[in-house]
Amino acid sequence: MRYLPHTESDIQQMLAKIGVKSLDELFTTIPAHLQLDRPLAIEPALDERALMDHLESLANKQPKDAPFLGAGAYPHHVPPSVDQLLLRGELYTAYTPYQPEIAQGTLQITFEFQTFVTLLTGLEVANASMYDGASAAAEAALMAVRVSGGKRSRIVVSKALHPEYRDVIRTYHTEGFEVVEVPFGADGRTDMKALEAAVDDNTAGVLVGYPNFFGVVDDLAGAAKIAAAKGALAISCTTEALSFGLLQAPGALGVDIAVGEMQSFGNGLNFGGPGLGFFATREKFLRQFPGRVAGATVDRTGKRGFVLTLSTREQHIRREKATSNICTNHGLNATAATIHLSMLGRHGLRALALLNWRRAKYARDRLAAAGRKAVFSGPVFNEFAIHAPADAVERIARAGLSGGLPLKRYYPDLSDGLLLCVTELHDKSRIDALVAALA
Amino acid sequence: MSDRFFPKTSPGTRGLQLHEPLIFERSEQGRMGVSLPEAGVPEADPASEIPAELLRGEIDHFPSVTEVQAVRHFVRLSQMNYGVDSGFFPLGSCTMKFNPKVNEWAARLPGFSGAHPYLPEEQSQGALELMYRLERSLSEIAGMAATTLEPAAGAQGELTGLMMIRAWHIDNHGTPRKKVLIPDSAHGTNPASAALLGYETVQLPSNADGVLEPETVAAAMDEDVACLMMTNPNTLGIFETHIEEICRIVHAKGGLVYGDGANMNALLGIARPGDMGIDVMHYNLHKTFSTPHGGGGPGAGPVAMVEKLVPYLPRPFVVKDGDRFRLDFDRPKSVGKLRTFWGNFGMHVRAYAYIREYGPQGLRDVSQLAVLNAQYIRALIEDEWDVAYENRSLHEVVYTDKNLKETGVTTMDVAKALIDHGYHPPTVYFPLIVAGALMVEPTETETKETLENFADALKAIAAQAREEPAALKAMPKKPIVERLDETRAARKPVLRWTPGFGTEA
Repeated sequence: MRYLPHTESDIQQMLAKIGVKSLDELFTTIPAHLQLDRPLAIEPALDERALMDHLESLANKQPKDAPFLGAGAYPHHVPPSVDQLLLRGELYTAYTPYQPEIAQGTLQITFEFQTFVTLLTGLEVANASMYDGASAAAEAALMAVRVSGGKRSRIVVSKALHPEYRDVIRTYHTEGFEVVEVPFGADGRTDMKALEAAVDDNTAGVLVGYPNFFGVVDDLAGAAKIAAAKGALAISCTTEALSFGLLQAPGALGVDIAVGEMQSFGNGLNFGGPGLGFFATREKFLRQFPGRVAGATVDRTGKRGFVLTLSTREQHIRREKATSNICTNHGLNATAATIHLSMLGRHGLRALALLNWRRAKYARDRLAAAGRKAVFSGPVFNEFAIHAPADAVERIARAGLSGGLPLKRYYPDLSDGLLLCVTELHDKSRIDALVAALA
Repeated sequence: MSDRFFPKTSPGTRGLQLHEPLIFERSEQGRMGVSLPEAGVPEADPASEIPAELLRGEIDHFPSVTEVQAVRHFVRLSQMNYGVDSGFFPLGSCTMKFNPKVNEWAARLPGFSGAHPYLPEEQSQGALELMYRLERSLSEIAGMAATTLEPAAGAQGELTGLMMIRAWHIDNHGTPRKKVLIPDSAHGTNPASAALLGYETVQLPSNADGVLEPETVAAAMDEDVACLMMTNPNTLGIFETHIEEICRIVHAKGGLVYGDGANMNALLGIARPGDMGIDVMHYNLHKTFSTPHGGGGPGAGPVAMVEKLVPYLPRPFVVKDGDRFRLDFDRPKSVGKLRTFWGNFGMHVRAYAYIREYGPQGLRDVSQLAVLNAQYIRALIEDEWDVAYENRSLHEVVYTDKNLKETGVTTMDVAKALIDHGYHPPTVYFPLIVAGALMVEPTETETKETLENFADALKAIAAQAREEPAALKAMPKKPIVERLDETRAARKPVLRWTPGFGTEA
């Protein structure tokens, strides 16, 4: 085995130095009857080439074309330069930077990531990442309760927020919490009257998608005003972070916490994981927010450097009093996003976002002209829902394409709704083929 | 600093390390580092549809660099980092083993990396089959009935397991119960996860041999206790000899036993938590099964469980029907979902590749040699270095700075000196029950020579501590920065770049 270095003679010398006769003797503290007396019943070992053939055969069963599908996981071009940098062993085989002198690379990248998140969201502080958008949303709701000093226990959530995000928020909020959902209107935006009625003096946080699950740009400023009027925190959840290249920053619209998913920057789909949760908030909540954070400081010679900081909020110091149980986060995904955002830069980010919007608009216009009308009238970014035939997903597949999510899976009332997503990976000819398949 | 305390095998870091400004300080407007296609569709203005107050232009202070600049920036930053690929990384409890390169290749296969989670099952058979095969392997290795692959990391696995325990109690006892018992040597995530669910945590002391006594558990155990959370081998690396009896005591009062699988690298193919009486446990695929730590993640924290807890696992669960694979969402007793989609699939691919490359005998070799390596270092240094607990541990050994007491040199100084010797320091000051702890876990992928060189470095540091303690206090000298002022970072938090940043430092 090429990863195990010891020769038989090494093993014998080492055992002799330890003072035992056999490898088995190293395990005498495990009661004999608890030791497995047979080989594990798992599949046999494969050599490298056989392993590669086997894995390729599994991967080849999967479609390779970029799907017309987002819904929380977005197909985007990942530049080879991003992936090759990620394969630097110093980056991906490093640990959490608890020894800052030999982890300045990870720490500076984390600091840069935090800066990118604050610029995108228009807020003042951001952490080093969360697992994904949904767990970030759940943590944001928990933080809202914490900020109220535990005095408020109601979380109000828009029904137009991603169904899985709502599911995760409910899972994280067990005893003593009340999660209330408010409906959306014909424009696909959260019903502000219903929201106003649901937010009371016991409400800790209000969560709205931006854009929401239907791709619709919700009335975030309106929701933030309603939250503020009752002393609750306004929380925006963005599943498609590329929209920040075109849409106003949540922080400029009055939200207190902006969370969501940044997989779109530099990360592949990977069957839905790992994603990249982000978490940003206002400076006044600095001691309340969850997760690791990197900060700037100086070394003993006065040279600039970076360290993990504010760790007195975290589980390894505070144990049961920590602001969250999170330990490992999604650091390498944050690294990928930081590299990609650096390469996009101010011009590229805007241009890529505009490109996504334009191609999606073209698809919407062509579909509408072919009789496939939009389900909602509200403005959208690169995702949208149309009224589609029952066999839409099969029709798309028959055309050699993939994608489309039937909305009835999560919204039985939207029985003929089909959610589509168009990005820079879908050129005009592919879009035309999609339209032809659905016409 | 005298070189006589530096064996020839302690070269330290002498690589090319260049000062590198923040990407925000490298910017020159007008540059770009990506290649974008022409839209190829009719011109249109977002303002025609989206209200003006919801639109923004280019973002001020976003950097503008070429691909060349960005590549150099991140390569230079990588050179300031130390990973398993750089050298020996004996970080206790974190299992920093070699991350096989073929696994990275596998995860990047377009069929996997480009797979959308919401494609129909018939278009996801390859990914689902891989998940199913991994699930079966992890269940067998744990000696349990089933494994959910959904949790994103160990801490989320703990939360998942505790939620299942909670749901089981509500079903069987009409109450979630109130308390969770946790030994004092446990990881901080254990009490933090229990507290998230509103459980009161009760800390149990370990005995002078570093293990939990059945009597201690019996005294704390009553019908308000939902579960006991145990790490086995525990964070001292010591096997909890009384595990079976402890599980019996907990079960007798209607409680369950949660296993923190952080230290499974000691047990592969040797002993199984399910056979010991443990009801539910999480794995850390980024520890035991070689998925890279990534400078802080992503990890993956699958949770294995005995039959009676299977109804409660998170939705969905991957199953095999004939020769087809599917996700089963119809699980009425499920605790729900803890994250989007089906798990950190990218990590599942790597862990599955790892398990397949080793096979049954190979995994057993992994654990045997991981223990051999840890015990070999101990044999080499125990005359000079204090071992926290005399009785034999498995895959890791906890040392202390006790023998250096009169020199004034502490565990932190030893850690920083090891950096100049060219090693990543061990885990320090953990577990909390050991004063000045240095937790050394070499893993199975290190050569005998590396272990000997590391032992020589530790012996040289002990010698230098007696002769030149001040020199040790000034280390590390070789990395791009020296010891950093952590107090200043926490007192005056600067968590992002803003214009003018750094000019005052």
